Amino acid sequence: MFQHDRLNSEITLFQKIRNLDYILLIAVILLSVISVFVMYSTDGGEILFHTKNHFVKLAVFFPLMIFVALFNIKFWHNFSYIIYFIVILLLIYVSFFGIKASGSQRWMDVYLFVLQPSELMKIAIIMCLAKYYHRLKIENVNSFTSIVIVLSIILIPTIFVVSQPDLGTSILIALSGLIILWLGGVKIKYFIYSFITFLISLPFIISFLKPYQKLRILTFLDPDRDPLGAGYQIIQSKIAIGSGGLNGKGFLKGTQSYLDFLPEKHTDFIFTLFSEEFGFIGSVGLLILYSIIIFRIIRIGSISRSNFARLFCFGYAFAIFIYIVVNLSMVLGLLPIVGSPLPIMSYGGSSMLATMIGFGIVLSAKINHKQMIA
Amino acid sequence: MIKSNSGIRKTDVINRRMFIIGAAKVVVFAGIVARLFSLQINENKKYLTLSDKNRIREWKLPPTRGNIVDYFGNVIAGNLKVYQLHIIPEQVENFNYLLVRLKNLLNLSDKKISRINKLKSELKPWDSIIVSENLSWSQFVKINNYLYDLVGVKPVMTISRNYPFKDVYTHVLGYVSQPNEQEILDNETIQERFVPGMKIGKLGLEKRLENYLIGTNAIQRYEVNAYGKRINQLEHQKGQQGSKIRLTVDTEIQKACGELLNKKAGSISVMDIYTGDIIAMYSSPSYDPNLFLFGISQDEWQLIRNNPLKPLINKTLSGLYSPGSTIKPIVALSALENNIIDTKFKVKCTGKMELYGQTFHCWKEKGHGWVSLKNAMKQSCDTYFYEVSRLLGVDRLNVTAEKFGLGKKVLGNYFDNEKKGLFPNTKWKKNNLGRGWVLGETLITGIGQGYIQSTPLQLCMMTAQIANGGYAIKPKIIVDNNPISYEDAKQSMESGLLFDANSDSLLDKKLFKYKKNIKIVQEAMFSSTNERFGTSYKSRIDDPKYQFAGKTGTAQVKRISKRERELDLELEQIPYKDRDHALYVAYGPYINPRYALSIIVEHGGSGSKAAAPIAKKLFKLIIDRHELRNKQSNFERISI
Repeated sequence: MFQHDRLNSEITLFQKIRNLDYILLIAVILLSVISVFVMYSTDGGEILFHTKNHFVKLAVFFPLMIFVALFNIKFWHNFSYIIYFIVILLLIYVSFFGIKASGSQRWMDVYLFVLQPSELMKIAIIMCLAKYYHRLKIENVNSFTSIVIVLSIILIPTIFVVSQPDLGTSILIALSGLIILWLGGVKIKYFIYSFITFLISLPFIISFLKPYQKLRILTFLDPDRDPLGAGYQIIQSKIAIGSGGLNGKGFLKGTQSYLDFLPEKHTDFIFTLFSEEFGFIGSVGLLILYSIIIFRIIRIGSISRSNFARLFCFGYAFAIFIYIVVNLSMVLGLLPIVGSPLPIMSYGGSSMLATMIGFGIVLSAKINHKQMIA
Repeated sequence: MIKSNSGIRKTDVINRRMFIIGAAKVVVFAGIVARLFSLQINENKKYLTLSDKNRIREWKLPPTRGNIVDYFGNVIAGNLKVYQLHIIPEQVENFNYLLVRLKNLLNLSDKKISRINKLKSELKPWDSIIVSENLSWSQFVKINNYLYDLVGVKPVMTISRNYPFKDVYTHVLGYVSQPNEQEILDNETIQERFVPGMKIGKLGLEKRLENYLIGTNAIQRYEVNAYGKRINQLEHQKGQQGSKIRLTVDTEIQKACGELLNKKAGSISVMDIYTGDIIAMYSSPSYDPNLFLFGISQDEWQLIRNNPLKPLINKTLSGLYSPGSTIKPIVALSALENNIIDTKFKVKCTGKMELYGQTFHCWKEKGHGWVSLKNAMKQSCDTYFYEVSRLLGVDRLNVTAEKFGLGKKVLGNYFDNEKKGLFPNTKWKKNNLGRGWVLGETLITGIGQGYIQSTPLQLCMMTAQIANGGYAIKPKIIVDNNPISYEDAKQSMESGLLFDANSDSLLDKKLFKYKKNIKIVQEAMFSSTNERFGTSYKSRIDDPKYQFAGKTGTAQVKRISKRERELDLELEQIPYKDRDHALYVAYGPYINPRYALSIIVEHGGSGSKAAAPIAKKLFKLIIDRHELRNKQSNFERISI
């Protein structure tokens, strides 16, 4: 340990900063700038509450990302389990003392903003499982004990989050965890078997869903069954996106959002507003920007010498990908409505905090890509 | 163990699995792009339309009604700018304070205030409440002066129906007012164009011609938000004013009719005997239709409703009267046509006639002695006509009378309230009263009493058709697309054929068998007015330019008892309700006649004293206006 620390200190602060991944950084900065402008548009072309807060959060969390990146990847490896347990404790805390809002209890008040621990779990679970597979011998990957352990690691936070209730986030947490299992080498047939089991038990799962969740599924299948009620969001979202056309209606000219037809336009439906104002070209551009970010994260993973860093990067890249896919499919009417934010773009402190920490760890992996972890 | 074998194998597994995922990611992203493409490029139009449907809301404004003009183009039902006061609740800071201020400024009643409060709770906060529909100019100025203190108040200028001649045309035009639910449902055009505050025709031509007059809505397009609140105005589409309708009436004559019947109950109709144009059609007393525009006050309504002279009844069309002696030209004509009598046929009038033990009195107690047709008509000898109708029989009389328009609607379906009257015959009595006809009834029918009932306009048409030489005319009050000029109408009549604009063919409109019979009746009517002892001799005009022929009539409203006959009371001594109706029908000028008229003065006494003098005054005006009317022959076409 001591020796490693000395080796580590050979990299100076200057070298660390020089070794940051600038393509990733520029992409994140670009995304942040876009997100501020879009937030400005959701405020009706004025610098109001959402724009201000979003900007402040970016101003706080972006340096935090750099700060996270300056820690050695080994540090993050060492603290992965602890971080996971801390977040589990936070989840337990909010399930008893959390702030209730719109029927669910998932927030806690920290000084700067209202924290949603389930968002942090999205990162923590990747860290935790990455560390577990990093340390697990390849022969033991498919052993009964290890499968039970990793499934528990996934299920415990998932159950807490489902009970908040927050189906969207819990699905994202579970998917983030499962991808590490996949990358770690769990047999493909296990995935296939569980997928089949999942399909068979789907009717039972649905019967356990809350009425509003069932309604969302029904609405997804046929949004026009209740165009002013349950189907309203998805219909209006599709109208907004569809009416954007090739070039969009222009910045600050999205009538659907400006005239309040769009629901949740600051958070889950932020892409709808963006797409209405910037059209097909803008939307594809945004997707390309996200693709660049994902690609850079994968690349950093693939040059990393430690499997922890590799697993984390690949897992995190997949997580980002999944967030985007779930969010876009939802607003495009391809999936039922589940609450899931679009990384960086959506208004919301916890989501941005988790995303930035994730980027920070990826950047730390880049700086220390030669670092080996025993 | 820095680099274990297991570590390398593990890295391989991770990389391989990553590759699979990476491929999946590309596919999924491609799918999302495809979806974006389908929504934004392929279905762009559909969603643009939907988005516009979301954000654009149309507000219809009340359409502007078409003007109604008289024959000379004077507007008789027009539109006027009115000043209104609206409140927009969401802009009001202190509603109660505002109401107190308005109450003082406009003298609003407490009832009105509570109505405003009720409206406020029913409407959306951005919908305007109409506080006052019709502010006077001084009130409007007052409001504008205090506007700084009246936050949320909006003075509005809008257009409203206006009847510049007030009561002159009420029974012809009717009036407009707020429609009720049923009226909106009954008329598809109203349903489609209805907006709150719009007024529709409630009566008369305003009602009948609703679909022509109504006009199209001006449309204002606003951008609205998801809650329906107007954000900004996009465009204003002008509405089209309703069609202009031109009537055949002459305001000067109509006005004169009103003045002549001032303070009397009655009716005057004037008609062009060739074209059937109604020159005037006045029912007295009338009332001001402008009162109904903004809701008539209870007091004013009661005043009209309880007036004993019944201003609400259009007497010209709905008033049913015994024609009295004005029927005699038809009786005479019928008898001549059926070869019952000739000009030499004489009857001895002793003042009464006995039939089956019943006495039928002539109006002249001493009797007229031996009278021929001409003398009987001139002096209106009842005995003569008792005898003639006894010989003629009611059924033959009925045929002639119906030919000349009695017992039928004159204007067809133009007025809801037009009555068709009744000209009885034996069959009618059997079917409707279940009893057989009695000869005595024929006698009193022959002097225009009994079952017979006619509207003033029917009598006018009857006279017109005698005056024009016995040809059928189709009376009309609206100048239509193919107006027949007087010359054409006259010529086609004299050639025995009449051009019918509706069926585009020449129709035989002859109402007589022998033209000389019409002439005989005309001459008899002439002598009644222009020869000594004629019943309307005092009302004659000697100047041939204005000379007219006519027939008086006095319709009993109750049976005269023996005692009353002996008393021979003066008019003033009889209670109003029991006084006879005075009637007069006439046409003129006698040489080249052009116009026919009928006058009825309810409970006016005798026709010669109460009705004929009115004709004298009126004919001067009618004939003086003739030249002017003729010059108006070229007019713009109105499709209706």
